[in-house]
Amino acid sequence: MPEMEWQGYLRPDGRKGVRNLLLVVYTVQCAEFVAHAVAQGEPDAHVIGFPGCYDNEYAIRLLLALARHPNIGGVLAVGLGCEYTQPARIAEVVRQSGRPAESFFIQENGGTRSSIELGKQMLAQLRERATQTPRVPMGWPDLTVGCECGGSDGTSGLAGNPVVGRFYDWLVDRGGSAIFEETVEMIGLRKVLADRAATAEVRRQLEQTYDKAESYCRSVRQYSVSPGNFAGGLTTIEEKSLGAVAKSGTREIQGVIRVAERPAHPGLWLLDSVPDETFMQFGYTNPNDTEGIMDLISAGSQIVLFVTGRGSVIGSPIAPLIKITGNSRTFRNMGDDIDFNAGCVLDGTSTMDEAALSLAQLVAETAAGSPSKPERLGHREYFIMYKHQNTPSLEQGCRA
Amino acid sequence: MPIECFQVDASDNVATMLQDVETGAEIDVLGGVSRKTVRAAQTVRAGHKVTLCAISEGEPIVKYGFQIGAATHAIAEGEWVHLHNCRSLYDARSSHLDVDTGSRTETHYA
Repeated sequence: MPEMEWQGYLRPDGRKGVRNLLLVVYTVQCAEFVAHAVAQGEPDAHVIGFPGCYDNEYAIRLLLALARHPNIGGVLAVGLGCEYTQPARIAEVVRQSGRPAESFFIQENGGTRSSIELGKQMLAQLRERATQTPRVPMGWPDLTVGCECGGSDGTSGLAGNPVVGRFYDWLVDRGGSAIFEETVEMIGLRKVLADRAATAEVRRQLEQTYDKAESYCRSVRQYSVSPGNFAGGLTTIEEKSLGAVAKSGTREIQGVIRVAERPAHPGLWLLDSVPDETFMQFGYTNPNDTEGIMDLISAGSQIVLFVTGRGSVIGSPIAPLIKITGNSRTFRNMGDDIDFNAGCVLDGTSTMDEAALSLAQLVAETAAGSPSKPERLGHREYFIMYKHQNTPSLEQGCRA
Repeated sequence: MPIECFQVDASDNVATMLQDVETGAEIDVLGGVSRKTVRAAQTVRAGHKVTLCAISEGEPIVKYGFQIGAATHAIAEGEWVHLHNCRSLYDARSSHLDVDTGSRTETHYA
């Protein structure tokens, strides 16, 4: 059974990665083309970036958390040269984490062609350093797994999410860390959540987090439920919420973390990605599935599970995405994209425990290096946007 | 092939269809404790909900053992429960959506 160990990559902060990737980070939309051109044809180089010219503390914290993720061995930051967010500051913070990092401005390097050439040279140097990363044995206690659901239908709450929940219980019992999010999909479940708090303080955190999510939904007049959810048979946000929360399993909740924060110790954690009240009254909480996946990766998840009843074709940079459906018809229709069919528990061909164990097996194989289906297809969607959260600043931002 | 629906909790008055069902067909209730079969009063698609008993106007719609909404008018046994006869207690917009696509009816594309 999957009581297994695999070889990971040891980072200077003691965390272990399941991949050894290079990350190209652009600091404004104007540098996006060059960043992607630098990474093109370099299978180990993933790209993320922030499109805004004005900076945003939240986005910078997110970029810095992703750039120092355990799956990342080296970072190249690329800017145009006018924007607020500073590539050199990002590279500096990454170097302080013990990883190699480089940066440059396109305006200072003669434009598109010469910048791509320079970027590729820098990537080659970074790779040389990154490949010296020590390999070490790694097991469940070293692993943080995030889970998100999207494109939910009537099967997500019956099979997809409950199978993940059963796996989460199993992972937490073996000393691993599990993160679930989407507090705007917990509408009506204040007491259900609070009753699972590990301590009285956590109970207070959970109630506060719930109240913020509900008042946010009320104020923007948008509940996290989409036409596709309705068409798939979900009728209300309460129904979707009950199905969504099933992915957290049944163990006690250790606390609430914010975007770019890491769990303080192993166990089950709730990630709050809802904006805090601020003078800038704009921004959405989870504008799309990719944004939520980025949040889970920023919390240190080396692997992310994505439950999709109706089917989705996205992947993610930095951390492998494993796609799960509870709908056997979706699995047959989109077999190239979807890794795991939890619909077997509805077909009666598998029990919930058997399905959770085969999911654990798949997670272990993926952690050991076997590419997930989105990885094989080259899917690396990312999304970073303006938002406000009152999380303590790591570096007071990256304004020069 | 039997046609099946899934009842999550014994207190649920709706169950989720695992296959499409046509009017008049008998549906096996899996996981069901309240009853073993129900007859479809209309077409219900897979993933959608069917009532396991008659529900009167204003009565809670219960799934997973929790209230997921309230009936906007009386619903007979074996009927489809969705946007046209169930509203959220939170999301006021939910009962003003297109019943097939779930999209907003007030958004203009012209």
